Amino acid sequence: MSVVFDRPHALADVSTHYCPGCFHGIIHRLVAECIDELGIEGKTIGIAPVGCSVLAYNYFNCDMIQAAHGRAPAVATGVKRANPDKVVFTYQGDGDLAAIGTAETVHAATRGENITVIFVNNAIYGMTGGQMAPTTLPGQITQTTPFGRDVKEAGNPIRVCELLSSLDGPALLQRVTCDTVPHIRDARKAILKGFQNQLEGKGFSLIEVVSTCPTNWGLSPVKAIEWLRQNMLPYYPLGVYKEVK
Amino acid sequence: MSEKVIMKGNEALAEAAIRAGCKCFFGYPITPQTEVAAYMAKRMPKVGGVYLQAESEIAAINMIYGAAASGARCMTSSSSPGISLKAEGISYICGADLPAVIVNMTRGGPGLGGIQPAQSDYYQATRGLGHGDARLLVFAPASIQEMCDLMTTAFDLADKYRMPAMILGDGAIGQMMEPVILPEPATRTIDKPWAATGTELKRAHNIVNSLYLQPDQLEDNVRARFERYVQIEATEPRCEEYLADDADILITAYGISSRIVKSAIKKARAEGIKAGLLRPITLWPFPKAVLKKHAAHAKAFLDVELNMGQMIDDVRMAIEYARPVEFAGRTGGIIITPDEILAKLREMEAK
Ligand SMILES: Cc1ncc(C[n+]2csc(CCOP(=O)(O)OP(=O)(O)O)c2C)c(N)n1
Ligand code: SF4
Repeated sequence: MSVVFDRPHALADVSTHYCPGCFHGIIHRLVAECIDELGIEGKTIGIAPVGCSVLAYNYFNCDMIQAAHGRAPAVATGVKRANPDKVVFTYQGDGDLAAIGTAETVHAATRGENITVIFVNNAIYGMTGGQMAPTTLPGQITQTTPFGRDVKEAGNPIRVCELLSSLDGPALLQRVTCDTVPHIRDARKAILKGFQNQLEGKGFSLIEVVSTCPTNWGLSPVKAIEWLRQNMLPYYPLGVYKEVK
Repeated sequence: MSEKVIMKGNEALAEAAIRAGCKCFFGYPITPQTEVAAYMAKRMPKVGGVYLQAESEIAAINMIYGAAASGARCMTSSSSPGISLKAEGISYICGADLPAVIVNMTRGGPGLGGIQPAQSDYYQATRGLGHGDARLLVFAPASIQEMCDLMTTAFDLADKYRMPAMILGDGAIGQMMEPVILPEPATRTIDKPWAATGTELKRAHNIVNSLYLQPDQLEDNVRARFERYVQIEATEPRCEEYLADDADILITAYGISSRIVKSAIKKARAEGIKAGLLRPITLWPFPKAVLKKHAAHAKAFLDVELNMGQMIDDVRMAIEYARPVEFAGRTGGIIITPDEILAKLREMEAK
């Protein structure tokens, strides 16, 4: 029998509920690999959001806390302030982080809260069945924008990294994706840096991962990646938006 | 021995919390409890604790959720409109079985209401703040001394039963100055093997969570919590009985209004009206047994509150509707006077 890949120790040996072609699984793996590489699993506390990744508390082997919808940065703040020597990360979707939890996100960022935020931007509300998200693209069809997002009615999408980049607090704001092997490598590096920043006390690091939701986009996994490249990446350009060296 | 000092209610409360072992305070400014935060901001850094001004009450209560989930004794403080915002977080704290202390220095409502003392958040505090089948311990101090003493109790019982505890004060108790003997600093530490503090790779991961997607699991979880509630209702109710044993008219009042009631009772007794007071110190668990016991001899009850009549429901239920229960109260930030209560007592006595 050949070993296809080794499961990172920080990733629990259970099967996840994520749909085929969903990036959540890949991103979990990258986070776990970084935790392994830094040898911090024993002192890491993760905060799971409300969204498709709510069950992340079952998937990571470190201690986990499930937060109310959008409140993960505040919960992480409480954990980190009470336990400054521990490593604290949140894992959040776009509805969680950029709609209901916008205030918590902005203020954790501007405080330079010494935490690591993994932000999964899939331009849709996955868990509740595909409604418009704050990052849903202009013209994108969702359950609640059945004729395509009309920005005159529904408003414009939020570019989170750009929005936060005016703040003095963040140590790292970087947008990555997972559509190709090189991009996955870049994503891993960014997440690693996000955790390293925390270990070095540099403050708030947010890594936005532009992601797929084949199920609610109504596309096959392959088509979803194509759609991401054609539509998401032009609107959400990859890159580093802020970095404190 | 601790010495007697004169302190403002809100500051004494903050100091008592620190002495009870509170390590983290998160809050958002609101009248009439801002002095709690101001005191914490000054003192916490000196005692190695955490003070942080949150961006909202929602953030503050979720910081509490995080600090409590990772094992810290922690407290937040607010007043009525801010407590409404904390409701979601309090529900999660209940659902995840976390200990925490929440202070409400109640002001008049609804809406933005006013900034003067009121007791109009009784329903909110006792009917389960936030959604779901859940309770919180609710303590209603009537003096600064009692508020300080109850602070230690609130933290200890919150830890013991793994649930939130509320100190339900009001603007008057928060703002007034009184002599107080501050509690001795707590020395005991409480083991929290369930807390998310990092596995150190020595145990399976802890999960702090309120989500149960299987209905039978959620029901089991809620039932287990209610078993604790039954135990609490049997052992934790507290009530002061003042001139109650021979009383014909028993007044029920808590917190600041009970002090005014006492003056009214003295005046009434001087006129030959046998009035007494039952003062619930815990609003949940409600001291039902004490009220029921006295219903055997009292002819009538008079409930006095700084609202339109909220605890009166619990009084009626506790005495199983065996006696008439009348009401006297002011609301909107107006404090009832002893004479208003006396007038009501005279009217009842004449019946
Ligand atoms: C206070 C509150 N409002 C609404 C919901 C319902 N809800 C659950 S998940 C979700 C959206 C999640 O979307 P997103 O954060 O983008 O994550 P995804 O599922 O796409 O990964 C909503 C609105 C909730 N659980 N709590
Ligand atoms: S619904 Fe979308 S975001 Fe949720 S698991 Fe499926 S593909 Fe992923």
